[in-house]
Amino acid sequence: MEQRTAQALIRFGLGRRGAEPLPTDPAAWLAGQLDGTDPACAGPSAADGLIAFRQDNADRRAIKQGDPTAPQPTRVRDMFRADALAMLDVALTTPTPFRERLVWFWANHFTVSLRRGEITAVALPFIREAIRPYVNGRFVDMLFAVMRHPAMLMYLDNASSIGPNSPAGLKQHRGLNENLARESLELHTVSPASGYTQRDVTEYAKILTGWSFEINYNPPQFLFRLNAHEPGPKTLMGQTFDHGAAGGIAALTWLADHPWTHRHLATKLVRHFVADDPAPADVARIERVLRDTKGNLKAASLELTRLQGAWQPLAKLRSPMEYVVAVLRALDLPADKRPDLNGVMGQMGQPFLNAPLPNGWPDTAADWAGGEAMLRRVDWAYGIAGRVAAADPDQLAADSLGPLLQQATIDQMRRAGSRRDAITLLFASPEFQRR
Amino acid sequence: MHINPIPLAPGLTRRAALLGLSAAFTLGRASLALAAAATERRFVVVILRGALDGMAAVVPYGDKDLATWRAEIVPPAPGQPNGLLDLGGFYGLHPALSGLHDMYKANELAPVHAVAGAYRSRSHFEAQDYMEFGAEQRMTSGWLNRVAAALPASGSETALAVGASVPVLLRGPTQVGTWLPQGGGHPEPDLYARIAALNAHDSITGPAIADGLKERGFSASVLAGTEQPGNRNAFPALAAAAGRLLAAKDGPRLAALEIGGWDTHTAQPGRLNGPLKQLDDGLVALKAGLGDAWSKTVVLTMTEFGRTVRNNGTKGTDHGTGTVAFVLGGDVAGGRVQANWPGLAQDRLFENRDLQPTADLRSVAKGLLKQHLGLTDAVLAKVFPDSASATAMHGLVRGVA
Repeated sequence: MEQRTAQALIRFGLGRRGAEPLPTDPAAWLAGQLDGTDPACAGPSAADGLIAFRQDNADRRAIKQGDPTAPQPTRVRDMFRADALAMLDVALTTPTPFRERLVWFWANHFTVSLRRGEITAVALPFIREAIRPYVNGRFVDMLFAVMRHPAMLMYLDNASSIGPNSPAGLKQHRGLNENLARESLELHTVSPASGYTQRDVTEYAKILTGWSFEINYNPPQFLFRLNAHEPGPKTLMGQTFDHGAAGGIAALTWLADHPWTHRHLATKLVRHFVADDPAPADVARIERVLRDTKGNLKAASLELTRLQGAWQPLAKLRSPMEYVVAVLRALDLPADKRPDLNGVMGQMGQPFLNAPLPNGWPDTAADWAGGEAMLRRVDWAYGIAGRVAAADPDQLAADSLGPLLQQATIDQMRRAGSRRDAITLLFASPEFQRR
Repeated sequence: MHINPIPLAPGLTRRAALLGLSAAFTLGRASLALAAAATERRFVVVILRGALDGMAAVVPYGDKDLATWRAEIVPPAPGQPNGLLDLGGFYGLHPALSGLHDMYKANELAPVHAVAGAYRSRSHFEAQDYMEFGAEQRMTSGWLNRVAAALPASGSETALAVGASVPVLLRGPTQVGTWLPQGGGHPEPDLYARIAALNAHDSITGPAIADGLKERGFSASVLAGTEQPGNRNAFPALAAAAGRLLAAKDGPRLAALEIGGWDTHTAQPGRLNGPLKQLDDGLVALKAGLGDAWSKTVVLTMTEFGRTVRNNGTKGTDHGTGTVAFVLGGDVAGGRVQANWPGLAQDRLFENRDLQPTADLRSVAKGLLKQHLGLTDAVLAKVFPDSASATAMHGLVRGVA
């Protein structure tokens, strides 16, 4: 395996799957993954999730009223479990792992978390509908899809935000919820470096009033509730936006291509794919591509693969999710032998789709390299190594790491007293923790 | 492979109760697999995975060259404090093996020394595989599974393995289930120590793993192997359970137990105490669990190879060749060491480093299978293919040639 091939598979991919054929031209292999539509877009929609949510609620009411024929309200849960398994299956088998990594990156950028229980119905449809179609498209389109999606509208409370001077606000004496507006500025677009103020947050929240969804429509869908929309034009960061849904669309369009948004996205992309402390020159290159292409994410992603820093020795620590997926891909276990991802990820400190806050999972080694956290990786690796006792450790090491495998690891593995110990040593080696 | 793992999750508690194990039981490096057969005879193989230093377990203290090679790691002579347990004036058992010494005195234990399998590799994994396949090439079944297939079938369904997977020794067409106690266990301290060493020079994972081990209460002496907290009870508990199951009227008749911790590259005198004590406790517990059935039982312990005659620079030993196998049981012609001792003079060492093997491990196994289980030469030729040169060893079982 060539050095560049190993780097492409591990830095930009999810680790090699078993002894899968190696790309002959790593750069072309990465670029090719961003052509066409995402093969993993099929599955239950947000509308399906909301219908299930609705039916579960009806079943709950019926059970409460003593109806013995009412089914248990498990539709959402069952749908989520099957969908989560399918997503793991995609991660373990995808021929386009770079694209999948970008999906994970953008899903984390626009975090929705199961910590808000009702999100369960729409969290995976959110990734499929608002993230996947756009990782090789325009940022502004992804931003539109995210801001109109029931998952985000529920997670950051915009569905219940009401303009205080709108007909609904005047009637119900209810008002703004700034949650989505604040996180949209701080986390999703321009970032605090742009210097916006609390007044901008409030104005933006007014712009977004009425952006909601209707669960009782068939199918349930996004709805701009004009009667909850704050009347009049609003001024965000010196720009004035019209009353109505059009004002929101204009504001999102303006934010998506703001220079501070480009810088924020460029910094996060380089930090994620290259180094915990991104080199300013690398960030500037990605920023320039975003500016020149008006937020073309395919162009920015391709530029990442051309950065000099991207071909330096691997320095990033794999997150628990990336680590687990890399181990499972290396072992290439059949579907019925794979562990339950939900259980594993909880044990590893990164419960699946359960980020504590809207800023998502952290992205530097310091955040993941706690003592107990690292030992949990070791213990899990030991557990899974015990289930694959027939694997050849030397072959597994060579197949999965190629030229990145260190002599010290080979030596320790050869001295191990059992295959299980040797495989544990491979997965607990410093080089296997890197990407 | 024709293993059909039996889905056991619903019966987890029943399994634990059947085996007499507590819910908190963790395996460490121990495992147990069982198979049924229609016979009153019981046969148990204990795999010592990781290469036992036979010269540390059964020390040829009467050999004048011993001190030349490994004075640093040999326990005191018999009669001295913490000294060897004498086996008739030339060999001495390691002081941790007091239970085995009692069996020796009761004529129930016969150590077979300077023994090795056919394969001269010093790779743990290859050597373990070939030892368990019972052949010099890869097979689709282990030799104990072929033994099970050769014996009359029984109606008993008590065939299971306690561990993450069935050992190669018992894999094959005869069905063996698996049962893994919850949690799956943690690495033993010495594996943690190796992982910590492998990461020591990494600026991120090095300090993290060191901190993690410290937070979990692993002291430096535990990681260095001079102190053995670990799970001391896993193997004895499994061995006791195996004894009880084998004793039952309709229970299984063949068992494969395994215990690790033998790969003593550093600080061998301290590191070996724990595993030897666990082995000793386990074999005593196995005998107790078998009760009256002990008189119909033969146990063979085997390890993939021995270790270097010279100790290395860190008071450990490296991968070698000749080692020791223990044969024990109520019916064993014990109370003696079975060996054609090769000597330890420099020109007698194998490749100028290892104990020269003078007996083939397959000969020991064939002798036991023939004399104890009554397998014919034709069957033995199938159990151990291409082993004509390794003829069945005579006189291992009392009253049988």
